[in-house]
Amino acid sequence: MPVIKVEGLSKVFGKNTKESLKLLDQGMKKEEILKKTGDTVGVNRVSFEVEQGEVFVIMGLSGSGKSTLVRLINRLIEPTEGSVLVGGENLATMNKDNLRRVRREKLSMVFQKFALFPFRTILENAEFGLEIQGIDKDERSKKAKEALELVGLGNYINQYPGQLSGGMQQRVGLARALANDPEVLLMDEAFSALDPLIRKDMQDELMDLQDKMKKTIVFITHDLDEALRIGDRIALMKDGSIVQIGTPEEILVNPANDYVEKFVEDVDRSKVLTAEHIMKRPETVNIEKHGPRVALERMREEGLSSIYVIDGKRNLKGYVTADDASEARKKEIRDLNEILKTDVPTVEREKPMQEIFDIIHDTPVPVAVVEDNKLQGIIVRGAVIAALAGESEVEADA
Amino acid sequence: MLDFMPEIPIAQWVSDLTATITDTFSFLFEPIKNQFGDFMEFFADKLAEVPAIIVIILVAVLAFFVTGKKFGLAAFSVVGLWLIYNQGLWEQLMNTFALVLIASLLSVIIGVPFGILMSKSKTAETIITPILDFMQTMPAFVYLIPAVAFFSIGMVPGIFASLIFATPPTVRFTNLGIRQVSEELVEASEAFGSTGSQKLFKVELPMAKSTIMAGINQTVMLSLSMVVIASMIGAPGLGRDVLSALQRAQVGTGFVAGMGIVILAIIIDRFTQNLNKGKAE
Repeated sequence: MPVIKVEGLSKVFGKNTKESLKLLDQGMKKEEILKKTGDTVGVNRVSFEVEQGEVFVIMGLSGSGKSTLVRLINRLIEPTEGSVLVGGENLATMNKDNLRRVRREKLSMVFQKFALFPFRTILENAEFGLEIQGIDKDERSKKAKEALELVGLGNYINQYPGQLSGGMQQRVGLARALANDPEVLLMDEAFSALDPLIRKDMQDELMDLQDKMKKTIVFITHDLDEALRIGDRIALMKDGSIVQIGTPEEILVNPANDYVEKFVEDVDRSKVLTAEHIMKRPETVNIEKHGPRVALERMREEGLSSIYVIDGKRNLKGYVTADDASEARKKEIRDLNEILKTDVPTVEREKPMQEIFDIIHDTPVPVAVVEDNKLQGIIVRGAVIAALAGESEVEADA
Repeated sequence: MLDFMPEIPIAQWVSDLTATITDTFSFLFEPIKNQFGDFMEFFADKLAEVPAIIVIILVAVLAFFVTGKKFGLAAFSVVGLWLIYNQGLWEQLMNTFALVLIASLLSVIIGVPFGILMSKSKTAETIITPILDFMQTMPAFVYLIPAVAFFSIGMVPGIFASLIFATPPTVRFTNLGIRQVSEELVEASEAFGSTGSQKLFKVELPMAKSTIMAGINQTVMLSLSMVVIASMIGAPGLGRDVLSALQRAQVGTGFVAGMGIVILAIIIDRFTQNLNKGKAE
């Protein structure tokens, strides 16, 4: 069962919400409704599910409704229509007491501008959620300290937020959210106010933490690179609607429409695409069965100057070049082992393309993509260039 | 052509209303006048009985710590208070101080909750704001008249007039302070599941504290000015000396009493301001 299930969720700001919803049903655009009823459509019929342990990124430009959407999830903003189920309970219709209970026990939020309490120490800030729940002093300070240790601020507990840098302040924000051990972490542009370098550190750190904690995270951002870096799945928003939901690769490789395509156009593909995406099926010879003659024959057929050598279990052994093979044939050598070269450039399937550049630059032979030393595919220079140019439809079968 | 109707008897109405209120609520005003008046007199007397030297030392020590261990205000307090004592105005000073203290305390006790109410409800704000404007712009002397009608003369009507005149800044600044708390902080407290009162006491009031303190500083200063004016209706203190000097055209005596008020005002002002700074850090 998904942890969060959002169905047909809408938010219309204004006085004629019923009429505006009707107009939305008739397929009217946001601007037309504003003109007709004076209402602003914040979020328009959004549905999605988030699974346990997933990092679900909601991304869009400013005004796309993403911040409204995250506030509808914990009902800081009242939904106009639709339902939000967290752990099976519908937040949209529950009473104030229940809502408070769910907010205390299941949902925590991290804010763009940190939203720390300046008159409280770091420890007292991290304790806030627990204090609200009425947990006694010793226990809440123990839990808050643990959370602060987790984000690397164990030594700062008696400082005040104003004494810390932005990155550290947001760690406190994160610790405050983690201290009451919520099921779901809502992060509203949590890293957007930070310097690019700090932002990247925080993203890495969040990913490390996530490996340990396995929380369900809903992460809001306007930064596509950030979305692609940390998202297990991404929902792209425009004018209050979700345009596409998918894994980072799906969104990059198969944009649902022109808007998404335009959006991802400027993405640095080298950071997103991995070896897996650009490798192609390798031509190989089997060292247990074939000799230089077969190797030479294959190379001639395919127009290659070298060929990879594997054993019967697809374990990568090395490669032979055409020159060596033809020399060997003249000398009537039968065993490929004698001309086998083993200085093979290899990469893992998940290696980002960016890091493949250097490897491919320094080697005369295609780069081998391996998993447990089994040959999965090869990467030739042409594929790298094609992928960078946006023609990412490279065959991925190995 | 402007004389299309006879003069509207507003003055008459207000007089009648005041008379009615005096009659109707005399069961309320009488005990306030008596009990509270007795208490005030008792308090002022006790304050005046404390030996001057002890008060001066106490004020100096407090000033030293309140200003963050600086000698400026402490030194000023010692010299200023001694000067007042030297001029034979000590008892009057203590009376004025007692009035200011009680009037300001009551103003804050009444003002802060009204400020909170205003910040929480748009309707309350719409209703209360013009009333506050009225209270502050009406010449202070006018309040003395109904005050006398309700509580006759003495300390109690003085405090009553001071309440009306001096409470508005506390109400306004409390409202402003709470409304200025950043949206994100309010959201943060709600997102963690705060109840309304948890939000108020754990987030909004602490955040608004320095703004509220600025309002309280204003209230205290206005109380002081009103307490002086209230000597016209028999409130004791430094104001009475100013008033009698005025009536007899004694420039020197008037100046000395006025100076006493200024010294008291400066000390109180610096105290409340520094209290605010200390808390804000």
